Amino acid sequence: MTSGNKVSKREFLNGDEAVAYGVRLCRPNVVSVYPITPQTIVVEKISEFVANKLMDCEYIHVESEHSAMAAAMGASMVGARAFTATSSQGLAYMHEMLHYVSGSRFPIVMMNANRTLAAPWNIFGDQRDSMAQRDTGWIQVYVENGQEALDMIIQAYRLAEHEGIYLPVMVNLDGFVNTHTYELVSVPSQKEVDEFLPAFVSKNAVDFNNPRSYCMSASTEWNMEFRQQQHEAMMKSKKVIESIDREFGDKFGRYHGGMVKEYKCDDAEVVMVTTGSVSGTSRLVVDSMREKGLKVGLVKLRFFRPFPAEYFRELKSRVKAVGVIDRNLSFGYEGAVGSEVKSAMYDSCGSPKFIDFIAGIAGRDIKKDDIELMYNKLLNLSRGQEEAELQFIGMRWQE
Amino acid sequence: MIEVRWHARGGQGGFTAAKLLGLAASVFEDNYAQAFPSFGPERRGAPVLGFTRIDDKPIDDHSQVYACDYVVVLDETLMEVVNVTSGLKDGGILLINTESAPESFKLGDNFKVVTLNATDIALKVLKAPITNTTMMGALAAASGIVGIESVLSAIDAGMPENLREKNKKAVMIAYDAIRGVK
Amino acid sequence: MSKPQIVKYKMPECKKDMPLGPSSEAGVIIEPNAGWRVMKPIIDNSKCVMCLRCWLLCPDGVIDREKGILEIDYNFCKGCGICSRECPQKAITMVKEGKQYD
Repeated sequence: MTSGNKVSKREFLNGDEAVAYGVRLCRPNVVSVYPITPQTIVVEKISEFVANKLMDCEYIHVESEHSAMAAAMGASMVGARAFTATSSQGLAYMHEMLHYVSGSRFPIVMMNANRTLAAPWNIFGDQRDSMAQRDTGWIQVYVENGQEALDMIIQAYRLAEHEGIYLPVMVNLDGFVNTHTYELVSVPSQKEVDEFLPAFVSKNAVDFNNPRSYCMSASTEWNMEFRQQQHEAMMKSKKVIESIDREFGDKFGRYHGGMVKEYKCDDAEVVMVTTGSVSGTSRLVVDSMREKGLKVGLVKLRFFRPFPAEYFRELKSRVKAVGVIDRNLSFGYEGAVGSEVKSAMYDSCGSPKFIDFIAGIAGRDIKKDDIELMYNKLLNLSRGQEEAELQFIGMRWQE
Repeated sequence: MIEVRWHARGGQGGFTAAKLLGLAASVFEDNYAQAFPSFGPERRGAPVLGFTRIDDKPIDDHSQVYACDYVVVLDETLMEVVNVTSGLKDGGILLINTESAPESFKLGDNFKVVTLNATDIALKVLKAPITNTTMMGALAAASGIVGIESVLSAIDAGMPENLREKNKKAVMIAYDAIRGVK
Repeated sequence: MSKPQIVKYKMPECKKDMPLGPSSEAGVIIEPNAGWRVMKPIIDNSKCVMCLRCWLLCPDGVIDREKGILEIDYNFCKGCGICSRECPQKAITMVKEGKQYD
């Protein structure tokens, strides 16, 4: 595929390749690279693009993920549009740099391949890695397929670089299930993407003509004001997320639903909240259960940070029971998404009944039968039967 | 939605076939497709699986393939160590690369068994016992799930230039052989 | 040479059977050659001159020299073929698994 196409081209790509194509279209100036399964194909594909002169950027090999983020930050600091990608152990390794980047307000975009964290070591997919980074001040979006991955890389730069936002964005794909699965992807033309995403002119970069200090320390007397500022920017981004997605939909024909995308929730008695690829599988289960006359619906949570609390506050009056599929677990309590959905719906006037389902850890498949079982438990609950609030699904042993 | 499972040993190109089939059905026809390998450590000689899903609408299912309409076995020695008929739906087709006739595999009547000596074709045309594209041609003929022109286009788009002509030749020999049998 | 024995490893059958964290006892093989092997090396002792090159180069250390002739521990041999390739006397042949004389 050449970069001079005027129209979108249909390609059969895996999720990692789709991300690489998306990155190429965004014309980053710097890509810093450290490989880790199942992200490696992203950075390998980008290296091919660079070698074949289809991308014009600095491709920096670093010795660790911590340095990958540090290099991206250094690049952003001089006004470059920067990209990196990682997963699991690598994401954990760059943890402190995630705070550095967001606190310094650099609009970096990073793809994360959701993979479990050791120990026990395992390369397969769950969302424990990114959920553990939820307080780092990064905007987090979860995609369900290669097309959405490509589209969100493009939208992520618009969002990150938006005036008044200047927050880094993490685009999450499910490891293997998204990253290594080939699907039909429509790759937009360079011309269309250039129109949607102009070149980056940073408002937060070193400039010899206007010398400033950057990444300063902030004393106890000033620090909290910066944190409030960061929080307010993240809160402001909620509207920006929606408007960028709408604009993307108008231009490329694909509006992905903004922060939250409902499926058959209008008259639903019970709904399930999902993040990532399981959303698609769940829609099939909704359809098959609806055929049996069961009023179930799906809430695909796309953005975890900022968290759409207002949506869930409003949802609670519409349904009798809410379930969450958490591909993560905060040991000693419950799943991260479940925890936040539940608390958003809480008020003194009562909340819908709720179950947090822990499923799909370390690549354990979430089958359609499993999802149907979860919906049936929600239906039981909505009819007054007892159901435990935290349940593990798909385990070897029941007890 | 059609689901196909490919059985091969690591290094035989089982997943390449799964991927090329998906490419043929999606980019070169008006369908949607998904292709993925069994996710696990791989080494030459070990049994591996490939999967292809084909549908006329976007494929939302991201769970594993449990029940399939077609099973393709690139290496019959796998049948000694793997149950290749597991999950094959009633009325489905099992395609085996073998010299033996379908009747010799006593696997019951719930599905059809189609055989082809793909190794022979591959050795003659490709000079190597890599039967993935040959069996793709056989599958196209036996199932009709993808047009043969699309398979050929997929090979042009998805294989290195020096491999295209001979692989397309192998595909056509297999395709014609199975169509003749039908 | 002390070799791990094939022990019928009992997989946990309930929560109580699980070890403390991801750990297990040592010195066991759960599955002989872990199901990897497709080809297997056969040493022709009449050709072998005990140069010990294969013994030295085997990445899994499965060749035993203690008894004065070389013996391969087929429970561990992965069939990589390095011994066969490196033998200066061409005394080791790789045969397809299942077709050897044992």
